[in-house]
Amino acid sequence: MQSLSNRAKQVEKKPMTLAERAYLPAIFQGLSITMRHFFMKKPTIRYPEEQRPFSPVFRGLHVLKRDEQGRERCTACGLCAVACPAEAITMVAGERKKGEEGLYREEKYAISYEINMLRCIFCGLCEEACPKAAVYLQADKMAPPRFERDEFIYGKNRLVEPVSPDNRSKRGIQLTEEQAQQLRAKMDAQLA
Amino acid sequence: MAKITFDGIEIEVPDGTTIMNAARTVGGSIVPPAMCYYTPLKGSGGKCRACLVKVTAGSTKDPRPMPKLVPSCITSVQDGMVVENTVNQQVLDVRKGIVEMLLINHPLDCPVCDQAGECDLQNFAFEHGVSTTRYTEERRTFDKIDIGPLIQLHMTRCILCYRCVYTANQVAGDRVHGVLGRGDAAEIGTYIENIIDQDFSGNVIDVCPVGALTDKTWRFKQRVWFTKPVNAHRDCPKCSGNVLLWYKGKDVLRITARKDEYGEVKEWICNECRFEKKETSDWTIEGPAHIDRSSVISANHYELPVLNHSVVADLPESTQRELEKNPPLKLGS
Repeated sequence: MQSLSNRAKQVEKKPMTLAERAYLPAIFQGLSITMRHFFMKKPTIRYPEEQRPFSPVFRGLHVLKRDEQGRERCTACGLCAVACPAEAITMVAGERKKGEEGLYREEKYAISYEINMLRCIFCGLCEEACPKAAVYLQADKMAPPRFERDEFIYGKNRLVEPVSPDNRSKRGIQLTEEQAQQLRAKMDAQLA
Repeated sequence: MAKITFDGIEIEVPDGTTIMNAARTVGGSIVPPAMCYYTPLKGSGGKCRACLVKVTAGSTKDPRPMPKLVPSCITSVQDGMVVENTVNQQVLDVRKGIVEMLLINHPLDCPVCDQAGECDLQNFAFEHGVSTTRYTEERRTFDKIDIGPLIQLHMTRCILCYRCVYTANQVAGDRVHGVLGRGDAAEIGTYIENIIDQDFSGNVIDVCPVGALTDKTWRFKQRVWFTKPVNAHRDCPKCSGNVLLWYKGKDVLRITARKDEYGEVKEWICNECRFEKKETSDWTIEGPAHIDRSSVISANHYELPVLNHSVVADLPESTQRELEKNPPLKLGS
């Protein structure tokens, strides 16, 4: 029968050459490849003890920024949630009470702000949508693997960056040296 | 009857019609924007200057162009008038200036404001304005005044359109608030601490084109675009009872009057309907309300399907019954 594709090849069985029949040269050739790989530089790393350098434009774990006085920038406007293609962000807004001016920047703030890291596709649209420069995707952190699904729902306790100028995220609006000094002085005064 | 040409379209309207209403008989994108004019309110209009148009020929008798741009909401038509709105570069440039003017003292706190998403000023600025500001001076601020447990006043956002004043005069009656001060010191206030609690006073929330008067019971509850508007009615002894329920999940978060395509209230509703009946069981649901596709609220908003009966021949009987009760919307309506 003629082949339909005309690409069929006839298999022919040639008798082996002397080198092939000797068997051992092929064995040693294979072993030498194995030994060469044994001493080559390894392409894998021992994560998480060792980490690869991130690209500066890497989009990793989210952070909710604070301003120069340590107040939360987020006002729960919902633009990140409406921009999110994966619908990973939910929030509940609340009104700032008297005496909380040092905690929240605007009269409205997010009582709860949750990002489901399993839904999130790390596209960065929330960062683009934010009118208050509050949410950023960090270039040096990832959402680590976990065993339980509900551990991937990050609340404000894990998203908001620390007040201390030394532990702030590297993304977003950075404090000037003067602002950092003032904030440190303020924190020291509160501790004392 | 007067025959006018608006943006190249010939319209015949009764004498005494305003240019704005003549344009609205055609509809669509040629209609000048309105921030202060409100058809149901007598005396409204002529304040915000958003609707300025160019009259290139005054009338058949006197075809000279009008020297300045005229506010279309209070200028009545004359036979043979030629009006240019979207086709005139001068009008478009001036409108940019008007946006800038209205935004001079506006705090631009849209992320905090409850009106964001259905705000006339936001839409107006988005469509006609420029995206930057040249204004660097301090914006005016006010001492907060409490006008009662139902309505929240944010004077900083006010553009002084006077709509709420006319509403209080003509709809609610027994007006206790008004515009105090003159010029750049003008503000909405109650003069002596006073509470706005007339029966139809809640309508000032609906007529407010910006977020200056908002519903206190809905304050910061949800963003508008996360809620779903549903038409509903109830047997109300005071008003028509035809309202819009704004749902988030199973909860009615807010109740407003139904508005037409120009953002004008069709039927005024009473405060009982607006503030007190926030249970689904209080209402007879008619179905999802129509939301313009260009609106941010239309995200994830589902309406009855637009169906062509003759094409879909074998619809289930239940669907047919449902469609007869709630006829599908026509495309583009």
